[in-house]
This record gives sequence, C-alpha cells and structure tokens, in this order.
Amino acid sequence: MNEVKLMKGNEAIAEAAIRAGVDVYFGYPITPQSEIIEHLMLEKPHERTGMVVLQAESEIAAINMVYGAAACGKMAMTSSSSPGISLKMEGISYIAASELPCLIVNVVRGGPGLGTIQPSQSDYFQAVKGGGHGDYRLIVLAPSTVQEMADFVELSFELAFKYRNPVMILSDGIIGQMMEKVVLPPQRQRLSDEEVERRYKSWATTGKTADRERNIITSLELKPERQEQHNINLQDKYKKISENEIRYEEFNCEDADYIFVAFGSSARICQKAILIGKEEGYNLGLLRPISLWPFPSNIINEIADRVGGMLVVEMNAGQMVEDVLLAVNGKVKVKHFGRFGGMIPSPREVFIAIKQKIIGGKNGK
Amino acid sequence: MANNITPEEIIKKGKLVFSKTALMTDKVLSYCPGCGHGVVHRLTMEVIEEMGIQDKTIGVAPVGCSVLAYEFMNIDMQQAPHGRAPAVATGIKRAFPDKFVFTYQGDGDLAAIGTSETIHACNRAENIVIIFVNNGIYGMTGGQMAPTTLEGMKSSTSPYGRDIEMMGHPIKITEMVAGLPGVCFATRQAVHKPGLVRKTKKAIRKAFENQRDKKGTSIVEVVSNCNSGWKMTPVKSNEWLEENMLSFFPLGDIK
Amino acid sequence: MTEEIIIAGFGGQGVLSMGKILAYSGIMQDREVSWMPSYGPEMRGGTANVTVIISDVRISSPVLTEYDTAIILNQQSMDKFEKDVKKGGLLIYDPNGIIRKPVRKDIDIYTIEGAKEAAKIGNSKTFNMIVLGAYLKVNPIVKMENVLKGLRKSLPERHHHLIPLNEKAIKMGAKKVNNVQKHCC
Repeated sequence: MNEVKLMKGNEAIAEAAIRAGVDVYFGYPITPQSEIIEHLMLEKPHERTGMVVLQAESEIAAINMVYGAAACGKMAMTSSSSPGISLKMEGISYIAASELPCLIVNVVRGGPGLGTIQPSQSDYFQAVKGGGHGDYRLIVLAPSTVQEMADFVELSFELAFKYRNPVMILSDGIIGQMMEKVVLPPQRQRLSDEEVERRYKSWATTGKTADRERNIITSLELKPERQEQHNINLQDKYKKISENEIRYEEFNCEDADYIFVAFGSSARICQKAILIGKEEGYNLGLLRPISLWPFPSNIINEIADRVGGMLVVEMNAGQMVEDVLLAVNGKVKVKHFGRFGGMIPSPREVFIAIKQKIIGGKNGK
Repeated sequence: MANNITPEEIIKKGKLVFSKTALMTDKVLSYCPGCGHGVVHRLTMEVIEEMGIQDKTIGVAPVGCSVLAYEFMNIDMQQAPHGRAPAVATGIKRAFPDKFVFTYQGDGDLAAIGTSETIHACNRAENIVIIFVNNGIYGMTGGQMAPTTLEGMKSSTSPYGRDIEMMGHPIKITEMVAGLPGVCFATRQAVHKPGLVRKTKKAIRKAFENQRDKKGTSIVEVVSNCNSGWKMTPVKSNEWLEENMLSFFPLGDIK
Repeated sequence: MTEEIIIAGFGGQGVLSMGKILAYSGIMQDREVSWMPSYGPEMRGGTANVTVIISDVRISSPVLTEYDTAIILNQQSMDKFEKDVKKGGLLIYDPNGIIRKPVRKDIDIYTIEGAKEAAKIGNSKTFNMIVLGAYLKVNPIVKMENVLKGLRKSLPERHHHLIPLNEKAIKMGAKKVNNVQKHCC
C-alpha cells in the first residue's frame, strides 16, 4: 500500500532506496545530505530487506566500494554534497569507463572550495560535462520536489542497468532539507544472490564458474586502437541514451510569450514568478529539464520558434545557459539570471529579471 | 635427435613433477625476468585451485605492475583505481559476503596512496585477504621512490639515495596494521628461495582459510625484488634483497 | 487558498517542530504542504526559522521573501521578518524578550504570552504548541482534529503520551491570544 508521509528530500531518497531493493549504500557524512545515511542507519535496512549500509572512511573509499559492489551486479549507491562529489570523481570516471550501473546522489551546496553549506546548483557542469577525466557521460536527473527525490531512485536504477551506466541525481540543499508530502513507493524485494549471478552472468564478477569465461571489470586498455574502439562504443551508447531518455516538464509553454528555463529548486522559484507575472498581466511559461544529460535541446529549440525570449534561472554563475544557447542556436534572445554562493533568488527577483533582461520596453517581442 | 622429442614424450606418465595451475592463463607474463610477481601470482592461484573456490573468488588488482594481473589469473577480477583496492574489495565482500575476495597490491599502492583504505579496511575487520608485494620501489612507472624505499636506496626520485631528513622514513605498514584488532593474521614472507616460496604459499593458504572461517582481515606481505627498478641483474637483486631488505623488513609472522 | 508562513525564533524553542506539526496537520486536511528550514550550524542555539506553506494547489517556490503570516519568537527574528509580512498580513509574537515592538501599521498584530503560559502549565516544552494554538485561533486553516492527527504522525510513538498535554497547550494558546492591532490601510 502506498503511504503518504511528510519527509525531507534526503529522507525520501533514503527510504525510496530501501523500498527500491537497493543492495548496498556506502557514504560519508557531509552537510546538507547527511540525513540520507542517518535515515538509512535508523531504519535498519539490514533487517527490513537485507540492504547493507556502511559509513566509509572517506568519499573516495565510498565510491570505490560502490565500484566493487556494482561490478558484482548489485544495486549500489552513494550520496554526498559538492566537495565530497569532487573527491568521488576519479571513481566515477572509472565506473563510467567500466560501464557499471550505480546511483550517485549529489545534494549540491555552494562552492567553489569548501564554499558554504547553503543550497546551490553550481555543480551542473561537473555533473553533465564530465567532472572526472576522459570522454564519459552520466545520466543526470534533477528532481524539483521531495516526491521526485523518492521517485527518481527507482528510475535511476532502471536506467543504470538498462544502459550499464552510472546515474546521478543532482539535487540541492533546498530539496534535500525541505519537507513535503510524499507518496512512498511499495517495497520491492531485493534480488537474491543467485538471481544477480544469473541475470548479469555476461559481465558481473561473481566468481568464474565452469560454464563461462572469466569476467573482468577494467578500464585499462593500453593499446590505443582498442581504447579508441572502447570510446566509440561508449559514444554509441551515449547516442542511444540521448535518443531515448530525455525528460522535461512544461508549464504554459504553449501560450507563453516568454519562458523561463530552470531545473530543480530554481524551477520551483520560477513557477512562483509566473504567478506573480500573471497578476501583473504577463503571460510567462517554464521549461524544466528533468534529465540534464541527455539535455532536452529539441523541445527548447521548438519553443524558441514561438516565444519572444528565454531567461535561464540557475543558482550558479551561468552553466545550463550554455546548453540552452546551443539548443536555441540564435533563434531568440536567451539570458541568464543567477544567484550563487548559497544565495537563493526570490520569485520576485526572478520576475523582475525576466522583465528587465528579456521582455524589455512595453512589449518585448 | 633431441629436436624430435615432443613435450608429451618428455613428460611421460608418472614422471610429471610440476605443472602450471589451470588457474593461470596461458598468457606470457609481462613481468620482467627475475621478478617475484610471477611466483606470487602462481601461489595465489594454486591456493584458490586447491581450496576449490575458483567459482566464488573475486580478485582486485589496482594500479601498479600487477594492474594487468587479470590477464594472467583465470578468475573473475576487478581492476581498481590506484590505492583503492581494499575499498573495492569491501564493496564486493559486503555485497556478497559468501564469496572469497582478495586484493593484490604493491607497496606504492598499499602504503602510500592507499594508506587510508588499507588501514580502515583492516580496522573494520573486512573479511578479505590482502596480498602485498613489497619491492621498495615504484616499478611500473619506472623506478621512483616508494614509501618502503630503504634509507640511502637510490631511485629515480631519490637519485642520491633516500635522505631520511628530507624524504622521511620507510614505512612498515604490515606491523602498523597488525596492531589493529580487525587484523587476524599479518605475516611477512619472501619468494626468492624455494624454501621461502613454500612458506609463502602456506601463508597465503592460511589467509584464505581465515577468510573462509570469517576471522577478519589477513595481510600477507611478500618482500620481493625489482631488478629493473633497482638496476641490477636478477641474481644480484636477490642478493641485495637478502642483504638489505630483510634486515629492515624481517620475515615471519607478525600476528 | 495558499497560506505562506514564517516561524522564527531561537534554536531549541521548537520552531522547526511547530512547523512540522502544522505541515502534518495540513496533510491530514488533504492540503499540499512544504516545510523549508534554515539549516546549518547557526541553528545550534542561534536563530532558527522555517517556512511552511499550506495550499490547496501545487506549491511553487518553497523559499519565499514575503509571507502571509510571521510567527516571531525572538528579537532578531522581529528585526529580520517584520518587514517581510505582506500588506494586510498577520504577525504573531511572544512579547517575552521583545524590546522593540513591531511598528508596521498595515498588518494585523497579535501577541501570545507563550513562555509565561508554558511556565504555568509547568512544562517549557509546551511553549511552541501554545503559540501554534494562538495562530490557529486567529487563522483556523486546519481543524483541531487534524492538528491532533498531525501531532500523532509527527511525534515518535514513545512521546504519544504527551499528546493530551500538547492538546491542552494548543487550547491554552487559543484562549490567551491577544489582538494588539488590526491593519489600518
């Protein structure tokens, strides 16, 4: 039975992980996401589902524990916040290169450096354009509600195993810390060890049996010709993901004269700005990318044909705006409005920004 | 005449005294002639074969000379980032507690970049085997100073010999982790003489049996040579090992 | 209907849990809710605040800079949030420790002697429920039965025996709330 609960985004992710039948979680505390491991420890998932939760000695160790477990075909996840995610980047690159399925949650805080514990979206580039070394991609999902924090856990693992690729949930301190109503998914049973071995026999390292060749998980290939071929295979996979896994949400994009483009909690703030605009006689809309990679370029390009301009609102100095500019390709005016370093833009501030930067004069178009 | 004799004729029934374990692949080892890695690989695979646990063993080889161990060991293997093998092994063991998991690490990997992972895996009593080949140098990258490089020993990054004042002391990590309650077995062995090879195999066997009996972490250090890195002939490097390495890294069980 | 509330005071006054009970009560009444705390080390003994939104439509921004209601429990919070109450909005405060009274003329202002009443009840922890009772008397956005359900949901089971005491405190707050000013313009 589905239960309605009032939960923090961080708690919702943790609870959803237990219910999704995740096998192992490895993490290290860091604000503003420590409730994830705290909730997991409190809930005794080992008794509920057999899920293993371990506090590692560092973020580096945690991501490598994920690597080890994921390479055995288990559902493995970790979570952290910005500085901790930077530490995980080496491991993430290895995981992407070795084509392992796993979930990494980043509850973003302001940077650079130790930065601040307040919310931010300044890890967009790191999440969608690499972060670690080499040509690889993560599938990146950006929740904007506590409900999505819960829902995206199962979705992430579905995608991760479908493509054997790491998935990142890119959240932020607002969604991690706030409480909302959430309908929790039903409890799924974890796969048995035997089922994992059977299902992922073609690649998982579970011990070489007589009926198969040994499985090797590695990202090393010293011959450049073969390393290039591996890269080509990865790119083919990424192309397939780009064709099939784009997700977004539209608010009033059919009729709007101008739109916001924003993800995560910034999108929530823009929704309020749309309401403020309505009171003042403006017809505004919002395109909210849910998958940040693959990026919903086509729909943004289509909308560019019918609106007078777009304001990209982010809690950073201008990151996703580059992808929007590429998508729009000069068809219409695109500007960025951001607050950063842990500052959160207010809905009114955002509304004023679209008036000044995009609408201009009396009727901008 | 000798040219016409086939291997089958040489190895007549009943005359076979030694054969390569089936758990070593037929791939020619990429290690330098005279290097100890080949022996330690073989011993590890022999133990796994003799215990009949190939179908439930997963090995982890991180960056170092033995990063390609998976080319030679006919078991499921994971290649790990530099220093992270004990964390990767933790992930495997926690996900599949009934499997046998071992790491195969060099001294730079285990005692420098991976010190944290080593200590904490041992401290958690992760039920794994750590095989630690210590040759006092970074072999793969071309003979740079390692955390285990002896005082006065030359390497490409200590070309005038390791200067303790400037570069610090060599580290005895096996003794360090032996002090942790999570470690059930810590031993130091060598493979440059036949008798020592047999002892090393016994130690590796004991380590895997400890894992079977869920006793905690076992660490088997093998003091080895690196004739290329040390810039010596294989014979000379073994002599040098005997004369210099063993006085600082004495052989025997530590715990 | 959308009610946007800021509750602000010292850490330890029960600011966050008051917000949580209010939000849970909203859920019991089949409303959309959000609860967004200030977080971080400043909470430990410093100021704490939480934004609670209760609405019958999907909630947009959980972070706001203007509010329908401000519930103010210390001087710093008065200084910070009095100006952010919407015109015609509501400000409720506990005069205990307030040295600079609110000056706005365009909002409704109420006081509740939460700390004093809690002392009378003999349990300082009932403070936040007294204040909640005062607020719900002035603006009954959730029914009492739903508040009790909300309490039951948000308190861990080992504290359920305290529900009657909390109910008493809420009722006390409703009785003792005092109108100081009706907005003028």
